[in-house]
Amino acid sequence: MVFLFYLLSAVMVISGLFVVFSRSPINSVLSLIVCFIAMAGHYILLNSQFLAVVHLIVYTGAIMVLFLFVIMLLNLNRATIPQKTSMTRVAAVVAGGLFFLVMVAATRLTFEIHPRYPFSSKIGLVSEVGKALFHEFLLPFEVSSVLFISAMIGAMIFGKKDKESLPQPPPKEGA
Amino acid sequence: MKDITSAIQIIPLEHYILLCVTLFSIGLLGILFRRNTIIILMSIELMLNSVNLLVAAFSAYHSDPAGQVFVFFIMIVAAAEVAVGLSILVMMKRNVDSVDINLLNRLKW
Repeated sequence: MVFLFYLLSAVMVISGLFVVFSRSPINSVLSLIVCFIAMAGHYILLNSQFLAVVHLIVYTGAIMVLFLFVIMLLNLNRATIPQKTSMTRVAAVVAGGLFFLVMVAATRLTFEIHPRYPFSSKIGLVSEVGKALFHEFLLPFEVSSVLFISAMIGAMIFGKKDKESLPQPPPKEGA
Repeated sequence: MKDITSAIQIIPLEHYILLCVTLFSIGLLGILFRRNTIIILMSIELMLNSVNLLVAAFSAYHSDPAGQVFVFFIMIVAAAEVAVGLSILVMMKRNVDSVDINLLNRLKW
C-alpha cells in the first residue's frame, strides 16, 4: 500500500512535468489524463470512493475530452507559438522553485495535527458524503447549479459568432 | 478495504502535503513558463486538482465528511471555469488567429 502511494506520486509528478514541458498540446493533454488517473488512484487509497468516481467521470471523462476536442477542431497541434525568452524562462523556473521551497519550509513549521473526530474509514463512502451534502450543504449545492447554468450560458454567448462576421443573405429582388 | 484504510494510517500526512505542494509548483511553473493559452489552462487545472487532493487527504485524516463536499464543490467550479475558459480560447483563435497569450496585453499597464 505504501509502495502504491509512492508509485502513484511519482507518476503524477512526472506526468505533470510532461504537461508543462512537452512540445505539442496533444501530448500535454494526454499526460494530464495520466496525471488525473493517478490522482483517482490516490482518492481510492484515501478511501474516498465517491470522489474517485466523480473525478474520473468529470475530469478524465468530460474536461479532458473537451480540451482534446478544442485542440482537434481548432487545429492547434502545430507548435507555431514561439517560446518565451530564455531570461523569462529562467525567471519562471526560479520563481516556481522558490515558491516550492517556501511552501516546504512552511510545512516544516506546522504543529502536530489532532483530529477532531475519532478515526472512521467510512467518511468517503457515497452514503456519508450524501448525508453531508444534503443536510449541511444543501443550500450551497443548489446555488452551485445557478453558477453552473450561468457559466454555460456565458460559454454559449462567447462561442456564438457575431452577426457581422456571418455571411450576409443575398438582397431581395423587389426591394 | 482493510488494506486501504490501513494505508491512511501508515502514510504520514506530511507526505500528502509535500506531494500537493510539488504539483501546485509544477502548475505555477507551467503558467509562468509557457505562452500557449491551452497549456496555461491545463496548468490551472493541475493546481486546482492538487488542492483538491490535499483537501481530500485532510478530510480523510480528520474523519470529517465536510472536506469531501468541499472537493465536490471545487470540481463544480473547475468545470464551469474550463467551459468559460475554452470558449474564450475559441473566440481568441477566431479573432486574432492565434492562442499566444502575449497577444492579449491590452489590459496590461
